[in-house]
Amino acid sequence: MNPSGWIQFAVYIVALVIITKPMGLYLMQVLDANGRTRLDPVLRPLERGTYRVMGVDPNKEHDWKQYTFAMLLFSLIGCLFTYAILRLQNILPLNPQGLAAVSPDCSFNTATSFTTNTNWQSYVGETTMSYFSQMVGLAFHNFVSAATGIAIAAALVRGIARHSAQTIGNFWVDLVRVTYYLLLPICLVFAVFLVSQGMIQNFKPYTKATLVEPMKVQVEKKSAQGETIKDADGKAVMEEQTVTEQNIVQGPMASQVAIKMLGTNGGGYTNANAAHPFENPTPLSNVLQMLSIFAIGSGLTYYLGRMVKNQKHGWTVWAVMLALFVGGVLLAWHSEAAGNPIHHSLGVAAADGNMEGKEVRFGIFNSALFATITTDASCGAVNSMHDSFTPLGGFVPLFNIELGEVIFGGVGAGLYGILVFVVLAVFIAGLMVGRTPEYLGKKIESYDVKMSMLALLILAIDILAFSAWAIVNKWGTGAMNNSGPHGFSEILYAYSSGTGNNGSAFAGISANTPWLNTTIGFAMLIGRFLMIVPILALAGSLVRKKVTPASAGTFPVHGGTFFILLIGTVLLIGALNFVPALALGPIVEHFLMQGGKLF
Amino acid sequence: MKSKARPLFDWEIVRPAIGDSFKKLNPRLMVKNPVMFVTMVGAALTTIGIFTAELGLRGFVAQLAIWLWFTVLFANFAEAMAEGRGKAQAASLRRARKETMARVLHNGREQQVPAPMLQKGDTVVCESGDIIPADGDVVEGIASVDEAAITGESAPVIRESGGDRSAVTGGTRVLSDRIVIRVTTEKGGGFLDRMIALVEGARRQKTPNEIALTILLAALTFIFLLVCVTLRPFGIYSGTLFSVPVLIALLVCLIPTTIGGLLSAIGIAGMDRVLQRNVLAMSGRAVEAAGDVDVLLLDKTGTITLGNRMAVAFHPAPGISPNDLAAFAQLSSLADETPEGRSIVVLAKEKFGLRAREMHELEATFVPFTAQTRMSGVDLHANGSQPTMRVRKGAAEAVRSFVESAGGAFPQPVAKTVDEISHRGGTPLVVASDMMTLGTVELKDVVKGGIKDRFAHLRKMGIKTVMITGDNPLTAAAIAAEAGVDDFMAQATPEQKLQRIRQEQADGHLVAMTGDGTNDAPALAQADVGVAMNTGTQAAREAGNMVDLDSNPTKLIDIVEIGKQMLITRGSLTTFSIANDVAKYFAIIPAMLMGTFPAIAPLNIMHLESSTSAILSAVIFNALIIVALIPLALRGVAYRPIGALAILQRNLLIYGLGGVMVPFVGIKLVDLIITGIHLI
Repeated sequence: MNPSGWIQFAVYIVALVIITKPMGLYLMQVLDANGRTRLDPVLRPLERGTYRVMGVDPNKEHDWKQYTFAMLLFSLIGCLFTYAILRLQNILPLNPQGLAAVSPDCSFNTATSFTTNTNWQSYVGETTMSYFSQMVGLAFHNFVSAATGIAIAAALVRGIARHSAQTIGNFWVDLVRVTYYLLLPICLVFAVFLVSQGMIQNFKPYTKATLVEPMKVQVEKKSAQGETIKDADGKAVMEEQTVTEQNIVQGPMASQVAIKMLGTNGGGYTNANAAHPFENPTPLSNVLQMLSIFAIGSGLTYYLGRMVKNQKHGWTVWAVMLALFVGGVLLAWHSEAAGNPIHHSLGVAAADGNMEGKEVRFGIFNSALFATITTDASCGAVNSMHDSFTPLGGFVPLFNIELGEVIFGGVGAGLYGILVFVVLAVFIAGLMVGRTPEYLGKKIESYDVKMSMLALLILAIDILAFSAWAIVNKWGTGAMNNSGPHGFSEILYAYSSGTGNNGSAFAGISANTPWLNTTIGFAMLIGRFLMIVPILALAGSLVRKKVTPASAGTFPVHGGTFFILLIGTVLLIGALNFVPALALGPIVEHFLMQGGKLF
Repeated sequence: MKSKARPLFDWEIVRPAIGDSFKKLNPRLMVKNPVMFVTMVGAALTTIGIFTAELGLRGFVAQLAIWLWFTVLFANFAEAMAEGRGKAQAASLRRARKETMARVLHNGREQQVPAPMLQKGDTVVCESGDIIPADGDVVEGIASVDEAAITGESAPVIRESGGDRSAVTGGTRVLSDRIVIRVTTEKGGGFLDRMIALVEGARRQKTPNEIALTILLAALTFIFLLVCVTLRPFGIYSGTLFSVPVLIALLVCLIPTTIGGLLSAIGIAGMDRVLQRNVLAMSGRAVEAAGDVDVLLLDKTGTITLGNRMAVAFHPAPGISPNDLAAFAQLSSLADETPEGRSIVVLAKEKFGLRAREMHELEATFVPFTAQTRMSGVDLHANGSQPTMRVRKGAAEAVRSFVESAGGAFPQPVAKTVDEISHRGGTPLVVASDMMTLGTVELKDVVKGGIKDRFAHLRKMGIKTVMITGDNPLTAAAIAAEAGVDDFMAQATPEQKLQRIRQEQADGHLVAMTGDGTNDAPALAQADVGVAMNTGTQAAREAGNMVDLDSNPTKLIDIVEIGKQMLITRGSLTTFSIANDVAKYFAIIPAMLMGTFPAIAPLNIMHLESSTSAILSAVIFNALIIVALIPLALRGVAYRPIGALAILQRNLLIYGLGGVMVPFVGIKLVDLIITGIHLI
């Protein structure tokens, strides 16, 4: 844990503080159907034209059921659209590599993955997706799934801010405005910046380069029919191959990467994601990518404060997120910097810690920081391989996801996720002060508790039930490349990442199998939409309530006490469910590693 | 009736409660409480597990089963205790109520029947001095009735059988003669009966917050059930076969049994405390709502002030000695039976030692107050029929014309004093003897002692007090300032009261009001918490959702505190229960994994003796903590009006941080004991 790391950490946090308020103020305008921005002269006509084409009356707001219906309908159509593109990839244009149609299960998995803002990728981008699939089938969702998340957060915030009302906004207006005014302009600028850093943006076919020094690699031996040959134990037989040429990826990368970060999608253009030199060329591109992951999530807390006319509340929620973020970074960083005791005892340890699976360009701190950020938010982009982290270093991303990704979180999803915890914290604390619990003057009643608990329940069921199913079945354990607690972590991580709509992988499992594609596909759908419905129902319930003026009997939802209360609620109610599973995975692995056993 | 503090563990209550704990094991009753139902199913499965366990582990599993059953029984015991105390309270209340008897005519013979037990259609007899026990119609006789309790009018009214003057109201007093009344309302004990059912738990309905909390607890229970169920496949993969009894032990430790077991006891005990204060509540919901109240409407008369204006000072006119003024004022009031008149006599005696004289000794005749003269007084007849001296007291304007018509003058200083008194919110009564203006008697509403402190107390609780009065705004403002209320409504009509309540509610406030008169009924019904005085009318009693048997309007403060206490106790124990899970994980998880992964030993931070002792200790602690917290559940967590933030900080510290720490110590202690006596 060197000084340069501390300085970079401080710079990152300061930068995050600085962008929060401007982003929040801009969101105020974007998320108001009549809001004004500097981009109005250009975008207003486009916005109005879009409404006309879609047949949307922008002045007619939705109640929560209409809002939910519009959101589900839109997501369903988008999902089917992408599924069709992937299945028909071979006959669609912009396919210079002549890639074949994507398999049905992989198409299902990928279509749900991008619709749900997860961007779990069971495929290898370079060798599976055509430029058309990337740009139309996938990049489209990078924008609209992010816009959907922000829209839902805005709908919930409106539910809290308004009173004695029925409507929580118009889904179509939110979707269009967020995409046009927020995501597209920022991404345009960001993409140009990334190109300036050396990121590629073209439609060229892949370049072939001859290696200066031929490389020998172990590959699975294939039979004449192209099937993997297996030995008596069912393991693939390996053979040695000499590689003399390298394929260098090309394509419209910068435009994809900008939204992948800003929209917390995380789906890499390349399989190596942000660890690939093209996809993350410089230290500056690295820090700005990390900053863009938190930018909207952080700004939304300011938006919350503005909307409910209690800016301190917004900042307190922000501070809770920051504290959990800092804690995660410190644990991950410390664990990675401490490295592997076995390496130390053998005298082969890298000087600064565990460098396995990390880019030398980024080093320990930036890898730990990136891993924490990408899982605090539901981004899932990676610049190092989480699978190769030390057990506790890998515990941090897993824990972050299982908390529900409420630490800044996915765009929109982070805010509505933490607001569920806020409602529960207010409920329990409200009882403790002797009044029917009130959140910003609104009584939290049984219906609201029911919806909040439902959201948590779905998170827990989705992760635990799928993991338990996979872990005792051949289709689950067969996909693992590691045994013991580490293998367990891989499966747990896969379903956590899917449910949490994160999309990062504890790689090390072969995820592109029909079983895993299908089960993780469903985990993603449940983790996204079954969570959103109770949250919108909560918004619909809150918006109808009257506001009780604050009095000496009302406790403030800002300041130190509320900060502690909210952190306590997130850690106790959010994390207790996963303690036994985490104990069997990274925690046991950590103690075994201390005893000299690895997996 | 004054309620005596009952010892927490009264053997008379404990003994039947122990029996009831077993009766409550009936699954149909248990299923209403999801947390304890899951615990009971777990206990049953563990009991079966005794016979399927390995021989060496049977003793351990048997002990687990015993303690799991104890967990359920302890929770049932808590509820039975609360019910038992409620029943005892209700019984003593019933006994006390018997003292106010109605004389029911049964086949021509009189019977003494407790007033609350009257049935519709009963006929009762009331004679002078009796309080009419219920609303009804006079079917026989004629009587003068004091209806001051409803109308505020002190002059008696005539009630007779037949015609439109036959209706009498419960709580009013017969002043003369004898009447027979047919009761027209339903059984008067409706309130009492309902209340008894509430404290006995038989027909208790869950309050809104209790329902919300039950949902939270049920959802947590479901999540932890899932955690434990999925732990088995996780274990299979990891090479550790977690046995069903061990998983059940973990489950029971994780689910919020502490609050789940005590939840209904807290509710019943809260109702019991309400009853101990001599208040009958229609429902637990009403008591809970009382805890939320933030606006309180109070009638001035009888609540804030002693009820009548009292003479407080004599202000003599120039050239008149105070003693003379007092003497004449007393003289004018000797036969005046109004409270104001009597208070003048009392003040004269207190201040100047003037004893009351007999009217006939003075050969005086009383001139009563009339609306025309707006004065009262006496005429003295030394001899003959012509009065030799006319002494009057009354409103300044009336006395001025009286004096001036007799040829006297109304001195300027007296007029000034009159104005000053009015500005202070008092009532000036000018005393004159023929053409001589003697001075002014200052009458004032006397604010009850200690009321200001109570309002300050309410303010600290976050409750705004609004005084309602028929007085003019000037008087009202003066009294409001003296009593320390936050706001007042002057010259209030029943319609305005109702309007005010609706307005406050539209602004998001929860309104409580106390009232006694029939014209209060609509407002009482509209208020979120309406406390009717027992001395009030039947209409008021039916409109409100509580009746105060002591007819003490400030009792509402007690009810608000009880309502808050119920919530605080639930919230605090919920926090405590959830916070406990941290330590329980530290006890059980290492114990479960130790067999397969000995390397995990450092996680056993409590250094518990063995895997089996660790699991058993956690389960025993979990059961015993319920018993340990029964007194707290029955008494309630103390409420102090120190502001919401301070309360939250205090309770977070005690029940949140305490909830994390206590079980570490507790489980370690249990572990030391059970390994010390070789239970394991």
